[in-house]
Amino acid sequence: MELIFFFYFALVIALASVLVVALRNPIYSALSLLIMFFHVAGLYVTLHAEFLAAVQIIVYAGAILVLYLFVVMLLNLRHDERYHRQWPVAGLIGLTLVIEGLVLAIFSRRTASSGPTSTETAVEGLGNTEAIGDVLYSTYLFPFEVASLILLVAMIGAIILAKRNIGQDDGLHVANAQVETR
Amino acid sequence: MTELSLRLAISVAQIAAVMGVVMLTVMILTLAERKVLGWMQDRMGPMEVGPYGVLQPIADGLKLFFKEDIVPAGANKFMFTLAPILAMVPALIGFAVIPFGPSQPFEFFGITVKPFVISDINIGILYILAFTSIGAYGIILGGWASNSKYSLLGGLRSAAQVISYELNVGLAIVGVLILAGSLSLVKITEAQGGGFWHWYVFALPAPQIFAFVVYVISAVAETNRVPFDLPEAESELVAGFFTEYSGMRFAFFFIAEYANMVLVSCVAAAMFLGGWNAPYPGTILGHMGLEQFAWAENIAWFTVKAYAFLFLFFWLRATLPRLRYDQLMKFGWKVMLPIALGNIVVTSIAAYLFPKG
Repeated sequence: MELIFFFYFALVIALASVLVVALRNPIYSALSLLIMFFHVAGLYVTLHAEFLAAVQIIVYAGAILVLYLFVVMLLNLRHDERYHRQWPVAGLIGLTLVIEGLVLAIFSRRTASSGPTSTETAVEGLGNTEAIGDVLYSTYLFPFEVASLILLVAMIGAIILAKRNIGQDDGLHVANAQVETR
Repeated sequence: MTELSLRLAISVAQIAAVMGVVMLTVMILTLAERKVLGWMQDRMGPMEVGPYGVLQPIADGLKLFFKEDIVPAGANKFMFTLAPILAMVPALIGFAVIPFGPSQPFEFFGITVKPFVISDINIGILYILAFTSIGAYGIILGGWASNSKYSLLGGLRSAAQVISYELNVGLAIVGVLILAGSLSLVKITEAQGGGFWHWYVFALPAPQIFAFVVYVISAVAETNRVPFDLPEAESELVAGFFTEYSGMRFAFFFIAEYANMVLVSCVAAAMFLGGWNAPYPGTILGHMGLEQFAWAENIAWFTVKAYAFLFLFFWLRATLPRLRYDQLMKFGWKVMLPIALGNIVVTSIAAYLFPKG
């Protein structure tokens, strides 16, 4: 039963991902991406990671993809003349990734018999959300803080980019104006 | 296998009952809105169909059902058809996790059923947030597919508005989640039993009154209601994202809007106002020794709370003019967001200093 669901989700994810890059109309591409996000969330549910599934939909489908659609509609892209000269490069990268995946699959099958890892045993018995919070703020505290720092930097960067032409009397503006005139 | 099919039958019956109630509520709301607005503006409201106009929703429904279904020239037919469905399904699907009544299990042919909640999943509130965010797609795509500048502008406005205010809705409820220690709406509601001073709006150590105000304002904005109805501002955009829609497709958008109103009212009642808990300890029927009928009183309280919110929606519509777009954005990001964030900090400190039990 679980296997049927897995193959259904995996199949749809693969198909939708191909459609995202294969479809000519950018709006249809975005919708394929939406379908893909939903099925990834479904995959999380079959793994009993409900919190991740919900966050997947809220963050990716609810916020990021809406922004994509926003941009696509505002720019009103033509359907032709997108990535057409990139097939060889894409093929090469795709092939590399497939080989990597195969290697990983073979190796993980060998190591899978060695039992659950330490984090898996640590979070057993807790609820899904509590488990994630627990691991995030203890074992993975440093990566978590680094990620939040990166987000902060991105946020400040976005503000500076947007504010460039508004603040008339700050020193930053003068420097940027010089860059622009070049 | 018979147990599985019996469970399935019970679930389908629950879903049918909830959908029936929601649709009935939407019908009542369409009439109630016009009546309440009428009274507030010293008019009668609809009076023609049926005694005192009470059959007006049925007449409206029949009219929409028999209207010609027009697809504008140059519209993207597939998206134009898909958009109303994408708007309506997420609005209805969120009711799956709302606890309408007490969660005492109930024996039914050897199977224990929780009769007043379709599915008690442990991330209930996140599930609702996830699907309300999907509702924006219907509006954006509907606006884009109509091939009309008014629709497109309405759709784009809606996209920006929904993203901005969804954030505030999400942050406003974090305080409640900290106090309750759970994401399940059933558990959150149960934790508020025993009198109105246990409701999270008033509950010590950290009354969520500010979060509640932020939630209500953001919920009004998220459902595109006055004074935040810029996606469908009739004086600027004809009818916004559904300008080109007619017949049942328009009805779908309309039902989605009202179902969303009902949904956010139910969530507000469950999260902040104690859900089905009465404002006094226990229930009157329970104190009288009729414990087996206490659920009726609990459901009545839930209904009263939800309808109070729905009345607030109408009240706001009758009172306030529409905001300007830059005011809307400024208000969302510079007023609501800091209040919600500050509330999280204060609530966390309070929950740390005064831990439960």
